[in-house]
Amino acid sequence: MFDIQTQLFESQDVRFAPIDHEKDPEVEARWTHDSEFMRMIDTVPARPMSAALIRKQYEKLEKQVEEDKNLYHFMIRLKADDRLIGKAMIHRIEWTNGNGFIRLGIGMATDQRKGYGTQALRMLLRFAFAELNLYRVSASVPEYNEGAIALLQKFGFVQEVCRRKSLERDGRRWDLYFFGLLNDEWRNQPQAALPKSIGTVVSGVTPQRHEVEG
Amino acid sequence: MKDLFRGELVRFTLEEPETAAKAELRWTHDTELHRLLDGDPAQLFSEKKIREWIEKQSADSSMPERYSFSVRTLAEDQYIGFLGLWVDLIHSEAWVGLGIGEREFWSKGYGTDMMKLCLQYVFTELCLERLSLGVHAYNPRAIRSYEKCGFRLEGRTRGDVLREGRRTDSLWMGILRAEWMQMQNGDRT
Repeated sequence: MFDIQTQLFESQDVRFAPIDHEKDPEVEARWTHDSEFMRMIDTVPARPMSAALIRKQYEKLEKQVEEDKNLYHFMIRLKADDRLIGKAMIHRIEWTNGNGFIRLGIGMATDQRKGYGTQALRMLLRFAFAELNLYRVSASVPEYNEGAIALLQKFGFVQEVCRRKSLERDGRRWDLYFFGLLNDEWRNQPQAALPKSIGTVVSGVTPQRHEVEG
Repeated sequence: MKDLFRGELVRFTLEEPETAAKAELRWTHDTELHRLLDGDPAQLFSEKKIREWIEKQSADSSMPERYSFSVRTLAEDQYIGFLGLWVDLIHSEAWVGLGIGEREFWSKGYGTDMMKLCLQYVFTELCLERLSLGVHAYNPRAIRSYEKCGFRLEGRTRGDVLREGRRTDSLWMGILRAEWMQMQNGDRT
């Protein structure tokens, strides 16, 4: 039987949502004032941004989604209070080759290490492999982002490439890793499954939240 | 000082847009060339469209992120190919892509000579720390040439390209400034 009941954008504590142009810019602007966060998620120079600048970026992003057709973008919200806590995307998709790159970030230190990133990545991979039907996804991570590396390894990602000394930060050079996960590898490991009782719509009603083992 | 634009077999030039467009139009009809160079589907474009891209590229070449060269042989002064650099000044790294459109110049050391010139340019004129490239696993001729120039294999992305119904890997290679300098010193002694 086809599993079309599992909700792709719902997890235990978090959900995927579109951009809220009114409220999100101020939240995301605050994240950019944390240089450590910016350096974890990107190799471009960190710089603090205003809500106005973030608002412009959102417009550019939505235009790109519409025109390029190789990019899917989600805001990560906490189900309890609908607060924006992070962002996830699949981009640089090559449809003829069935591959793409994933990105994921939880903005505030206080929201990290609570399993939200794990839940979001589980949804993102299910979307990539069971909805977009990609053959593989890649992620590029600097060697100093140990949290991201541990998370990727938990989901079975394999370190495929070590681009030696390709980043410069704090006066020294760092390696940049490419990680890869194939559709088959994802399908055959326990982290892939969304908890059965969560997000399943029965008779049009979303059941109550259950405690589920990580 | 060294001649940055002159190797043993080839030299770097920049052809006029009309000349380059005519040649590239011809080269886009060679789908084997396209499949060696790229992972995306082969496509045909009008001469007008190609010339527009080349003109845009020339406009971009005033920027520090993009360098394009045309390649001519020294012996015949024949225009045979191209080489492009995409530079990340922040992290002091560049990516290189190169191709020989004229097939009779394949497998004769012209590509290796182009890459040697490129390395000299990257490390002594752009003064970068690292040069990177990606190459299809089904292009062993290119891989051998890059190894000869000092590139090291840094890994492979499994099955990321689908050609003729078969999955094939992309290989990723890199060379550091210190490694290239050491090779130069080795040559002298």
